[in-house]
Amino acid sequence: MAEQNKNERKIVIPGEVIAEGDDFLPGEGTEKKQGKIVANKFGLAEEYNKLVKVISLSGVYEPRRGNVVIGKVENVTFNGWVIDIDAAENAFLPLTEVPRFVKKDEIEEVMNIGDMAVVKIWNINKRGIDLSLKSRGLGKIEDGMIVRINPNKVPRVIGKEGSMVNLIKNETGCNITVGQNGLIWIKGDKIESELLAKRAILFVAEKSFVSGLTEKIEKWFEGEKK
Amino acid sequence: MSKEFKRPDGRKVDEIREMKAKVGIVPNADGSAMFQFGDTIAIAAVYGPKKMHPQHLQNPEKGTLRCNYNMMSFSVTDRIRPGPSRRSTEISKIIEWALEPIVMIDKYKNMVIDVHINIPQANASTRCAGINAAAMALAHAGIPMKDLVSSVSIGKLDKQLVVDLNKKEEDWEEGEGATDIPITFTNDGKMTHIQLDGKINTKQLNEAVELARKACKEIYEVQKKALKEIGE
Amino acid sequence: MDKELTISNLTGNKIKKYLAEGKRFDNRKPDEFREIVIETGISKNAEGSAKVKVGKTEVWVGIKMNVAEPYPDSLDKGNLMVTAELLPLSSPRFESGPPRFPAIELGRLTDRAIRESKFIDFKKLCIKEGEKVWTVFIDIYSINDDGNLLDAAVLGTIAALKDAKIPKYDKKEEKVLFGEWTKDKLPLSKEIPISITAYKVGDKFIVDPTRDEEDISETRVTVGSSNGVISSMQKGESQELEVAEFKEILELITKVERNIFKKLEKL
Repeated sequence: MAEQNKNERKIVIPGEVIAEGDDFLPGEGTEKKQGKIVANKFGLAEEYNKLVKVISLSGVYEPRRGNVVIGKVENVTFNGWVIDIDAAENAFLPLTEVPRFVKKDEIEEVMNIGDMAVVKIWNINKRGIDLSLKSRGLGKIEDGMIVRINPNKVPRVIGKEGSMVNLIKNETGCNITVGQNGLIWIKGDKIESELLAKRAILFVAEKSFVSGLTEKIEKWFEGEKK
Repeated sequence: MSKEFKRPDGRKVDEIREMKAKVGIVPNADGSAMFQFGDTIAIAAVYGPKKMHPQHLQNPEKGTLRCNYNMMSFSVTDRIRPGPSRRSTEISKIIEWALEPIVMIDKYKNMVIDVHINIPQANASTRCAGINAAAMALAHAGIPMKDLVSSVSIGKLDKQLVVDLNKKEEDWEEGEGATDIPITFTNDGKMTHIQLDGKINTKQLNEAVELARKACKEIYEVQKKALKEIGE
Repeated sequence: MDKELTISNLTGNKIKKYLAEGKRFDNRKPDEFREIVIETGISKNAEGSAKVKVGKTEVWVGIKMNVAEPYPDSLDKGNLMVTAELLPLSSPRFESGPPRFPAIELGRLTDRAIRESKFIDFKKLCIKEGEKVWTVFIDIYSINDDGNLLDAAVLGTIAALKDAKIPKYDKKEEKVLFGEWTKDKLPLSKEIPISITAYKVGDKFIVDPTRDEEDISETRVTVGSSNGVISSMQKGESQELEVAEFKEILELITKVERNIFKKLEKL
């Protein structure tokens, strides 16, 4: 296990022993049982400096403070918007977290039911998830296209230091905002570019178990551009 | 077990029918799988974790696993009227109990994980095939789990123990008739489900459990392979 | 997402805008169906069965038969009973429980398409007039809903009916020998019925919508016909139609029918 090549991450299933030995530590998606590191999730096993974890490639979105996500307005109340960000709880964006003054009777004009927005999770507590628009890059989405992928595949779509998403941006000429909850906003000059970016993202998401993905997507783009 | 007992389809007494398994057969689902024992086919789809509705069923202390098993009307030779029956309701609960020990859903308070199992073609052992498919579907959905479970039916035909009953064997009438014992094991050897219909003494029952343990290991390998071959 | 997977205004408007240019997200034309894959004989205990995939939408249909008394107004004819179930397995939108309207409508629309086209010769399913006739049960199950279950269900039904064999019937004991079949197929007409639904999206009409397209469609018309003769029709959803639009729909459907017919002929 220690000598495992990064490119050959192994698919593991729940209950499977990933590594054996006292010096291994159980990371995310694993637990230690009788000196063995056992997977608790279906995904790719990874080991780094003796820390063993399982990278999930499926599963529900688990909201975290600071996450930038994309959501849909479910309801408009007298003091804000209830936004569905694909978590168990609905999230709430209060009027006070919008970077400009909004009069109570113009709430629906600012954002109405069915509108999409890029928002940030600024707090999670027992009552629910609190959102904010007070940051650069956040706000209502006026145009473009939304793609959904499983939230666990977001790191693959972003790539190491953004390498994958930047590749797609360059090849399609689109702006792409990736929400941590698996919703992705694409904005290009033409619908065709947006659709190409959408297909590229879905391709990466589908092939997330596979190694050498960067080469595969480059080849894919070559094929698509013919 | 003495001289070769003749099973209707020619199998050895401890031989499981040809198994097939595949993951990801329902694109809309969070996780899905198909599992087959010979002519018995089960498909399972998992949706969740998600907010539990109706609200009064919410459990504020941990997540809820909710299973729903049903046979398609044309899965058997004598058509089943569509809709739930007492039998399907009981089997749904049995399957829930068989899966619950392995899912780690304490942190999903007020949430539910729905497991839907349908049988498009039946030749006995449908609940076992359903459990096998459901276990794969739960893993595929990324639900935190301690282990997989594997399920098989052990039978006693007159005095002979056999593994993986088909319909003809379920209807065995010679001698002591048929005893049907579906059993489910986790891969590390814990029993999460057992039922029995028929008549059997303690000694043979213990043997049946041993046979099941061995058979479930074989089934586990099929489930594991299907999960690992995802995307191929 | 709202685990019901409904789309946002943004995507909806985009689809309509693109369609106004005659284009769809998956590069299909408005009158184009997704890839149709039909497999018959997929359930051994059924008299006949079929699995249909239209793009990612998947439906399984099974035919079962039994002998019963005829209805008083058709003493010399067999019976037909069509049931559809929208399985919770197939979509986060479907819940367990008794069939709600969409499932009931699916069953009834399929029934209408088969019954009115006279595809099955029910007179030939009479065993003893006034006393014993065959009942044909058609059971439809959704396996994955990515739009247009209506048309997929009828395609599956026709394939399953063509696949079906009549069970053995013991005349003396007056009972069906389930699990044993004669070599006889169902008495079917050579004219294969086709049912196509046209959906209005924005100002345009399309066939075979994906789930997203179907979500923003505000009205639809299902037309069942065989050999060029229309035998059943139903408009669904609540938006009104101009007569000119209705004519456009008929033209669209007539065009599509020819292509779909070629697919069914091969069965």
